[in-house]
Amino acid sequence: MKGVYTVFRKELYRLFASPIFYVVAFIFLTLVGYFFYSSVAYYSLLSFQAGRDPFLSEQLNLADMVIEPFFGSISIVLLLMVPIITMRLFAEEKKTGTAELLFTYPISDRGAVLGKFGAAIAVLLLLLVGTLPAMILLEVLANPPWPVILGGYLGLFLMSSSFVSLGLFASSLTENQIIAAVTSFGALLLLWIIGWTESLVGPTLGGVLKYLSLLTHYDNFSKGILDSRDVIFYLLFILLFLFSTLRILESRQWRG
Amino acid sequence: MIEVENLTKFYGSVPALSQVNFRVDQGEIVGFLGPNGAGKTTALRILTCFMPPTSGTARVAGLDCQLHSLEVRGKIGYLPENVPLYLDMTTQRFLAFAAAAKSVPRSRLPQELGRVMEICSITAVADRIIGHLSKGFRQRVGIAQALLNDPPILILDEPTIGLDPTQIIEIRSLIKELGKERTIILSSHILPEVSQICQRILIINKGQIVATDTAANLTAQLQQNLHVYLEVEGPKIEVTKKLATLAGVLDVKPADVAGTYLIETARGEDLRPLLARTVVEHGWQLRELKLQDLSLEDIFMQLVTDEESGEEQG
Repeated sequence: MKGVYTVFRKELYRLFASPIFYVVAFIFLTLVGYFFYSSVAYYSLLSFQAGRDPFLSEQLNLADMVIEPFFGSISIVLLLMVPIITMRLFAEEKKTGTAELLFTYPISDRGAVLGKFGAAIAVLLLLLVGTLPAMILLEVLANPPWPVILGGYLGLFLMSSSFVSLGLFASSLTENQIIAAVTSFGALLLLWIIGWTESLVGPTLGGVLKYLSLLTHYDNFSKGILDSRDVIFYLLFILLFLFSTLRILESRQWRG
Repeated sequence: MIEVENLTKFYGSVPALSQVNFRVDQGEIVGFLGPNGAGKTTALRILTCFMPPTSGTARVAGLDCQLHSLEVRGKIGYLPENVPLYLDMTTQRFLAFAAAAKSVPRSRLPQELGRVMEICSITAVADRIIGHLSKGFRQRVGIAQALLNDPPILILDEPTIGLDPTQIIEIRSLIKELGKERTIILSSHILPEVSQICQRILIINKGQIVATDTAANLTAQLQQNLHVYLEVEGPKIEVTKKLATLAGVLDVKPADVAGTYLIETARGEDLRPLLARTVVEHGWQLRELKLQDLSLEDIFMQLVTDEESGEEQG
């Protein structure tokens, strides 16, 4: 574990020194802002109509009509953005040769992996914190259910940490950043929609595939339900890819 | 300090190193010399624990590079080939990272950074982004990071490549200075450089060590025959024929310019007076006559080509 903090600080510094972070943050927050505005605007339009329709007004609530779609759209934007943040982590080091520097310092491979993972997570947290003003605005305008919001954030955080873990793994496979980004995006998208094939492949396999889907486990969070199975699924997913990354790095020890 | 036994490394089915043995004692400056692709970088990468050997062992300060990787890495300052650096960091930031990676305690960090920047004279560019620095400065930043935490062993892979002549001289004197209290291994394919800086030379070719000795000894050992350079104005065929018949002359070859000859003679005999007399007696004009020492380049070429012809026969 030697060197986790050292690598973490270096990665964080480099992430902030590069324009990638600022571009990603700008586009992410712009999109998120747009999604928030549209769902709130749609909700207020429905609220006006509900004034004359008591049946409709019973169905209206912030959790279903604003918060859930809002978090849903954040998760899709993150699906696009996380591979961009993670693509350089190992690929660039390999391409520029700095991997030789990094791996001849007295730093363990585990330290390097965790340091880089931590730095990407820190960036992710910052992006998520950037969406908080929207929730605060909602608090000012209405009375949002905070347990649902907190559950949504926890789910988003766990899910996007899984994205980071897979992205880090993809980055360790190649020295080309584009390949790393495309691989992780493709794998994430597949794991995202894999549950949709349920009706085609039958209930047994479908159930398994659905359980593997990153999206399925997020559903509960976005409803404000905290299920330990979902938390454990994400944690295992993260561990699996961190472990695989470590094995890939170690493979330089036995590959010809 | 460094012991390498039967080191072999294959890249796929291509051998990069085969059965290499050598030792480097404490305080020595040793030069790895070899043509491109001879296995220099591979050997250095194994010593720095960047990659393991296919078979054989490498020990640094008594510790096996594979089994005690982290400890070994802590004892080595390494400048990789082509000086890879984090180009988007400032010199100071980068060195602070490298120092932290090498476990320099936080309290000693400023002094340590000051010390290595002083040695490499890069204090002036401490706050510049490395990507904006010239090649010479980057090279020094690379050497500075290798010096952090004062490792007893320095491994420098082609430290002067791509520098201008003034920078080369500066880096060489820097290495000599550093070598006073450290063990240094450097690799190069520039011969004068190695003969100037290093006390001992390892000539490596096609993954094998073909010679190891001091520059002076290598020259003496391999220079079995003396060469005399002769410039004569006279009929070429006759001159060649006449000179070749002289006692003690082994071979007469025309040298680079018309009218010049390279005469190989047996060692221990100075044939210059005899050659001069012969030329004058025949009425030819003697322009120049000098003993030619085999340069390290020639020795190197000899070793490398011997190897090649040997392989073709085998």
